[in-house]
Amino acid sequence: MSPVLRPISGQDQGAFMSLWSWNGLWPAIRLSLVTGLAATLIGLAMTTALFALFQGHRIFRVFLRLVAPFLAVPHATAALALTFILAPSGWIMRGVVTLFNALGIPISQTPPDFITINDPGGLALIFGLVIKEVPFLVLMCVAAWAQCDAPRRRLVASALGYGRITGFWLTIWPVLYPQLRLPIFAVLAYSMTTVDMAMILGPSLPPSLAVQISKWITLPEPLYQGMAAAAAVVQLTLVAATLLVWRFLELMGRAISRAQFQSGIRGLSLDGPIKFFGLVFGLVGFGVLIFGLLALGIWSIAGLWPYPDVLPQTYTPRVWAEAQSGVIKATQNTVILALLSTVPAVFLVLAVLQSEFLGKRTYRIQRIIYVPLLVPQITFLPGLYQLTLTAGISGQTLTVAFAHFIFVLPYVALTMGPAFRAWDIRYAMVASAMGASRKKIFWQVRLPMLLCPILISSAVGIATSVAQFLPSQLIGAGRIETLTTEAVALTSGGNRRLIGTYGLVQSLFPAIVFGLALWVPTLTYRNRRTLRAPK
Amino acid sequence: MKITDGLVLDHLTIFKGAKRLVALSAHVKKGEVLTLMAPSGAGKSTALAAIVGALDPFFRQHGKIFLDGQDITDLPIHERHVGILLQDDLLFPHMSVAANLAFAMPNSGQSKGERHRLIEQTLEEVDMPLHANADPATLSGGERARVALVRCLLAEPKALLLDEPFSALDQDLRATLRLKVFELTKARALPVIMVTHEHADALAAGGEVISLMGQALDISKT
Amino acid sequence: MAQKLKKIALVASLALATIFLALQAQAQDKMPAVLPANWDNVLNEARGQTVYFNAWGGDPKINAFLEWLSGVARSRYDIHLQHVKLAATSDAVARVRSEMRENERDNGSVDLLWINGENFAMMKSGNMLFGPFAEQLPNFKYVDRIGKPATLKDFTQATDGYESPWAMAQLVFEYDPQFVPTVPKNSTELLAWITKNPGRFTYPQPPDYLGTTFLKQILYEVISDRVVLQSPATQAIYEKETAKLWQWLDAAHPFMWRQGQGFPASESALAQLLADSEVAISFSFNPGRASAEISAGNLNPNIRSFVFENGTIGNVSFVAIPLNSKNKFGSLVISNLLLDPLVQARAQDPAILGFMTVLDIKSLNLEDQAAFSQLDLGVATLAPDLLGKSLLEPDVSWMSMIAQDWQKRYGVLK
Repeated sequence: MSPVLRPISGQDQGAFMSLWSWNGLWPAIRLSLVTGLAATLIGLAMTTALFALFQGHRIFRVFLRLVAPFLAVPHATAALALTFILAPSGWIMRGVVTLFNALGIPISQTPPDFITINDPGGLALIFGLVIKEVPFLVLMCVAAWAQCDAPRRRLVASALGYGRITGFWLTIWPVLYPQLRLPIFAVLAYSMTTVDMAMILGPSLPPSLAVQISKWITLPEPLYQGMAAAAAVVQLTLVAATLLVWRFLELMGRAISRAQFQSGIRGLSLDGPIKFFGLVFGLVGFGVLIFGLLALGIWSIAGLWPYPDVLPQTYTPRVWAEAQSGVIKATQNTVILALLSTVPAVFLVLAVLQSEFLGKRTYRIQRIIYVPLLVPQITFLPGLYQLTLTAGISGQTLTVAFAHFIFVLPYVALTMGPAFRAWDIRYAMVASAMGASRKKIFWQVRLPMLLCPILISSAVGIATSVAQFLPSQLIGAGRIETLTTEAVALTSGGNRRLIGTYGLVQSLFPAIVFGLALWVPTLTYRNRRTLRAPK
Repeated sequence: MKITDGLVLDHLTIFKGAKRLVALSAHVKKGEVLTLMAPSGAGKSTALAAIVGALDPFFRQHGKIFLDGQDITDLPIHERHVGILLQDDLLFPHMSVAANLAFAMPNSGQSKGERHRLIEQTLEEVDMPLHANADPATLSGGERARVALVRCLLAEPKALLLDEPFSALDQDLRATLRLKVFELTKARALPVIMVTHEHADALAAGGEVISLMGQALDISKT
Repeated sequence: MAQKLKKIALVASLALATIFLALQAQAQDKMPAVLPANWDNVLNEARGQTVYFNAWGGDPKINAFLEWLSGVARSRYDIHLQHVKLAATSDAVARVRSEMRENERDNGSVDLLWINGENFAMMKSGNMLFGPFAEQLPNFKYVDRIGKPATLKDFTQATDGYESPWAMAQLVFEYDPQFVPTVPKNSTELLAWITKNPGRFTYPQPPDYLGTTFLKQILYEVISDRVVLQSPATQAIYEKETAKLWQWLDAAHPFMWRQGQGFPASESALAQLLADSEVAISFSFNPGRASAEISAGNLNPNIRSFVFENGTIGNVSFVAIPLNSKNKFGSLVISNLLLDPLVQARAQDPAILGFMTVLDIKSLNLEDQAAFSQLDLGVATLAPDLLGKSLLEPDVSWMSMIAQDWQKRYGVLK
């Protein structure tokens, strides 16, 4: 991380002093902390309630298939989709006004002046974060579930008279949680340090620490550059401290559940209300997201669309036509980068996991690959960029692909690891006893059985690569346009129609990959009932 | 005098920490069945794991194992030619029944047609002639157990280990399958070590019955 | 087998790393240390070059204009002009600064940069710019240096030929006549309108460029003597004069959009508020913007514009060439091309961009003059004679002190 300290060593004292005198420092820290923790806790609660209550039912599998594509929608696109719905001039209000007009009830024909998006409390930001994080946590939970012997535990708990929620909390959660810890940390770190979501949905007086850093970086005066570097260090410390606090909360949680064990509370009455609220929040959340994406699509072909019309007055393909050449070039780059970073990551993770399995301790998945998940990008990317400059390799596709690889690798490892390790090794044993070599077992037995997790973790890797902004922009030195760099540059212009166009295309590639990840196993294993879908 | 046929356990001892779980010396001749009986959790599966070569490094093993005169104690699993049947059939879910069987067949240069014929033959032997292309998940428990058995045998093992292979089945199936297993192993002259806690299995095997420490057990009193 | 895979991966990455470092030696470009007097020579050297023009990419109309420009560059000069879309100018400035720190003298990734104001001052004082070159460009003779003094002075700092102008801007207010029956002529009348129409006006959050410009504009209105703004701010004068500015803001904020509890992030966010009817009065640096948006079908066709009777702030957009630009000849040709009368006329067309020209139209030949007079400036654009006085930008010190002060007073909700 020494590259990051370089920008600071030039001005250190001065920069930290200026940062200290910024009147927004503590509110910004508080905001980052509160929204990050709240979003993570709520997201976690929803995910686990979902599993506790519905896992095992047929609906659950359908739900999984529906939720997975939302992993493909980049965070900024999801945030923008929300604004199209929730803003006072958004679809909800337009619908209300149009309805009132139709019914003859008097209502102002201009948008009301209340704050929904960018509210000072950060509620809109929390909402957006939860919507984006729940699909990811669900995916991680699916992976971890297989290793907790859940069905048996649940059977025992309900046989003893415990409600589903309480039973889950007491018997499955203690085993499930350690598997989820790393993804939860990743979610927490992201929620606290996100720039694009906070800029679009979060408050601005002051904004979160991450947003403020990105604002300072755009100002030419060295004073602001120094403050940005100092704030990046503060942010890193904040994330580290929060993760420690979370560990402490874990201990508290353990104490609580121990007390609960002894008390013998069955908690049957909890199931109903939690089911109800969970369903309501879930439906509302995803409803908003789906309608938001629909609104994005409509904006991309909209001509004049004044308030309070619910639909545009005219439609035009102009934006798509104008954007075409840029989109095509950007898509090419995005796809190439995604493949260049994800394919090696998948191979590497598979190789390491297999080595681990074969007992070669030195090849255990090193913790260090998870560092990029937890350290804010803005903290070390500028330093990495300096390195690439020194080596003369900035602005080249392979360099940017490597930068993507750094972030893709941990996500691939996270999603593939549990499934790989959960594979019943007795298959390997009986195959061995039948005389099959290790190679034969790996390629003919293990891999085909792991097709689903491999495809899904590839999809996650690709989605991660597509969503990368800072690595592409910084290390690409402006030469490598990806869908995301273009979208962010265009978003700075606030042009809704362009945002709609790029947002949709940005989501399309990962969505296709996720679709493939879910449907290819179905096709390949159409005659093999047990392998068609993730359990 | 060196024993050159069958499966020989020469002071095979397994320790878990300081505790001795298994201490066996036995000679299982071809076509014979040795039954190991012990209560659950005592280490029966551990003993079999040691013989097949999949013992968890957590345990310590002493002694030697010979198969047809060859010392297989330090060989990896796939070179031992010791087959094993577990309680779960562990049929590969992504392969058809025929593919499962083909997987086991050693590579002796047979043509595709010959292999196919052999598979058909084998399935007929267990009364499942039309199941070559079936999805293992569609088979009943008894059918799966039979496929697992013949798959194991198609690999041409020189010895067979049975780890409570009948306990997942109901009584009738159990009896039928038991008969089939011993019929096939006798026909192929395989030494068999079976691990069970069911007296009926031991009686059907008709061979020696010992505990994990090598003591002979009298199963005539139930 | 897995070990083999790992070995292959290691070897491959080592090989790649070696290739990268080997590729470091790029073909060098022949650099003009000073501008050669012979323009034909420049054109020759520029042939076949690729020019990376770093410019804000947030407006699709600008993007489309630059695409058209690359078509002209290719057909006329055989130059490949590549628009690098920026979210902010400072991104490119930072990149140049990093590169120059690594002694990338001739291999920079930025060839030509759309720039002005603070960014320019920073690059010039940091010796990061190539030049002087502007006044030697063949088309520079058409620039209206007398009538538009801002073409030579960027925020009170002389350009000294280190940047070449290409478009003019002036602050204009845009409004919806349905809600603004009489147009405010000065800041007092504007305040009165705001108070009577709560929630219908706002400005971008400083230190956004347009936001601070609005504050400077109000300062121009309330200040006792405008001349002081042209010199660096001293503490005493600053405090005396800005007191009235904060008074105005304190009076206005409670009646503004979201009661001053939130501000749009940028010029485009503000423009979107106008399009969504969330505000009824907005403002922009581009007098032709409203017409351009109307003809693009993005804005209510009734929107019109106005200016204050005592003038509004104006400034010029420039292009500059970083010292470490790889394709300086090409950049010179493009800078010159931007001053071509036909290009300027096209930029002024509200259906294309609606930017004001920096040229002195009367100095052009009759054919080119006609190109300008034939332009339909658009339904919402004020004719040049109605635009009123273009006020010079205050000294940069005013802007930074106002931005910091704003942050202290309003930057954090209480």
